[in-house]
Amino acid sequence: MLNLNEFLPLLFLGLMGLSMLIYVVLDGYDLGVGVLMHWATPEEKDRMISAIGPFWDANETWLVLGVGILLVAFPMAQGMVLTALYLPVSVMLAGLILRGVAFDFRAKAHADHKRLWDRLFSLGSLVASLAQGFMLGMYVTGLVYTKQAVAFSAVVAVCLVAGYSLLGACWLVLKTEGELQRKAILWAKRCLKWAGLGVALISVATPLASQRVADRWFTMPEFFLMLPIPLITAVLFIATYQLLKKLPRVNDRWSWVPFISVVGIFVLAFHGLAYSMFPYLVVDKMTAWQGAASLESLKILAVGTLIVLPAILCYTAYSYYVFRGKARDLVY
Amino acid sequence: MDPVVLARIQFAANITFHILFPAISIALAWVLLFFKWQGNRTGNQAWRDAYQFWVKVFALTFALGVVTGITMSFQFGTNWPGFMQTVGNIAGPLLAAEVLTAFFMEATFLGIMLFGAKRVSNNMHTLATALVAIGTTVSAFWILILNSWMQTPVGFEMINGQAHATDWGAILTNPSFPYRFVHMLLASGLTVAFLLAGLSSFRYLRGDRSAGLMAALRTGIVMGAMLIPLQIVVGDLHGLNTLKHQPAKLAAMEGIWQTSKGVDAVLFGIPDSEAKTNHYEIAIPKLASFYLTHDWQGEIKGLDAFEGKHPPVGPVFWAFRIMVGVGLLMLAVSWAALWYWRQQKGLPTWLAHTFVAMTFAGWVGLIAGWYVTEVGRQPWLVYGVLTTAEAASAVPPAHIGLSLAMYLSLYLCLGFAYVRVLFYLAGKAGKAAIETPPVLQPAMQ
Repeated sequence: MLNLNEFLPLLFLGLMGLSMLIYVVLDGYDLGVGVLMHWATPEEKDRMISAIGPFWDANETWLVLGVGILLVAFPMAQGMVLTALYLPVSVMLAGLILRGVAFDFRAKAHADHKRLWDRLFSLGSLVASLAQGFMLGMYVTGLVYTKQAVAFSAVVAVCLVAGYSLLGACWLVLKTEGELQRKAILWAKRCLKWAGLGVALISVATPLASQRVADRWFTMPEFFLMLPIPLITAVLFIATYQLLKKLPRVNDRWSWVPFISVVGIFVLAFHGLAYSMFPYLVVDKMTAWQGAASLESLKILAVGTLIVLPAILCYTAYSYYVFRGKARDLVY
Repeated sequence: MDPVVLARIQFAANITFHILFPAISIALAWVLLFFKWQGNRTGNQAWRDAYQFWVKVFALTFALGVVTGITMSFQFGTNWPGFMQTVGNIAGPLLAAEVLTAFFMEATFLGIMLFGAKRVSNNMHTLATALVAIGTTVSAFWILILNSWMQTPVGFEMINGQAHATDWGAILTNPSFPYRFVHMLLASGLTVAFLLAGLSSFRYLRGDRSAGLMAALRTGIVMGAMLIPLQIVVGDLHGLNTLKHQPAKLAAMEGIWQTSKGVDAVLFGIPDSEAKTNHYEIAIPKLASFYLTHDWQGEIKGLDAFEGKHPPVGPVFWAFRIMVGVGLLMLAVSWAALWYWRQQKGLPTWLAHTFVAMTFAGWVGLIAGWYVTEVGRQPWLVYGVLTTAEAASAVPPAHIGLSLAMYLSLYLCLGFAYVRVLFYLAGKAGKAAIETPPVLQPAMQ
């Protein structure tokens, strides 16, 4: 049995991972829609915006929660992680600021300026996604700026944009109809290939970058226990591609399946990554226990979080229920 | 350049830009709830029109507040890692409480408030508006507990250079919190009062007399006239609290260099840190002693009592005078407007122009007040516990310079765009109101 001193840092590691995963999936699709907007007509842009409008703000909050837990539960690790990622964090924030603001300004500003705000929205989404991909690359290679690490992170950045665009395209397949839906299916098929490359790259690079990770994956019997993760991921990629080729169907059947299966891919990839990292906060440098805050603070936090989190999940679900069905025009 | 100075400029720029928007959204959310409630109660289209217009302003403001707030949460780690490492055990739970109890609620119900009017019942929509308003205020509540604790830290002990909470009750009711919280809520109310009056006057001057516009204009004027006297009283109490707990800050605010009895109140002067005196001083004899100690001969500690541990005098001294000046101007203008409104159910042109000019007067007072309190805490980040320099990160100055340049240019553009779009929206709404004949529309579209 673990005592509280050992258990609470693990709990928060889990909660931080969970909010990061929820963030990646939720903000991932709306960032992806933002990137894809670059290739849409003005009418399609309005419809795409209305497919994410009611949600993006709450989606982004999961990032605040994830970083909040890092700051709060792991005060010893946050300095190391965030100062090493100083520049990409700044770039990401600029991207998030730009898109969050452009989203609201586009509908209210002078009609002549709408196109400019639309471009800034796409640009902000792209910049934020690239920066997040770059950070992911740097994080799995241990936060050291070597030439290889930077080059690798740059490739991951591109692949994460593809991954988010994939989520975004599948979200549009679910939330739109007609010509835009057909376009989204096409986008999804293209992004699927790049996203696949990204997952493969990270899977190969992490064990190469760290002997510990390699040992963890390639020892028996763990190897066989973990084998389903890459296998199911591969199956999901192929199945999603085959399904996309057959969409759209009459009465919009199956249109929700690609999004769910891509979410499945993200969840599995995330688990693979978590398995490689555990229990480290910074690869091979600092574990969850070494980085954790004091026991009395963690206790307060744990009680608070476990009470409030279910409420948050409930009203999030309620909001998705209110805005269920195909996206309609947003007027207020 | 010194990385600590750069980091401070960057954080100051961020917090200055950020605070502008919560300062509006906190009170504006309640004003929207008021409009919504009045609309429900009376069925009068005027209140619904007012809601329709101001909810747009709210959405814009809220979006800017959210994105700049995210920036701040990251900068705790990127620029001030020593802050969380030293006082994280106390600051952490307070920040987490904000995210968990307020942030998600605001963000989720904002979606329903903005886009859900046709998808949920009217009662649910009113409830969503109420939850957003409660969320903004709860948010301010937690942040101000943390901020006040950094000014007047209590309820902890230091073990191996880390603060550990010993009494959460004391932390939650730290001595400066009640004053700071009420002062901030009133500041938000005044900012919104003048924003309401300013943008509405802009439409009014263009000939818009629609019922919705007049309702918003009257709300702004009455709010301003009611809140400003309260703010003066609370500000005074807050000053007395500062005298008790942060005498160095108070000495800088008042420009008092030497500890003495029967201290003069300095109305104007140019503080000189080298010569430790004020040049061109205009002062009222013994008044400072009277209003600070309620005794004409009361003793007040001067800056000489805090050698090397007091804030830079000039910025605090001037910011304080700007804040008080804006407050007195608000008092004069809002009372004059109230008087005219009762006389003739409208505003004279000069007063409407004054309101347009003062649309963002709340921001000026607010930032000045914020500087008094934050610069006034220097050289401490957490008063008496952690200095600002100790909390700074080891990021190369070039990187901070780069991000600072990026943020500053972004903020300048966005600040400009925000103000412009607000007036553009007001102009558009005013024009539409003039063009459509003043018949009661059947229902919300």
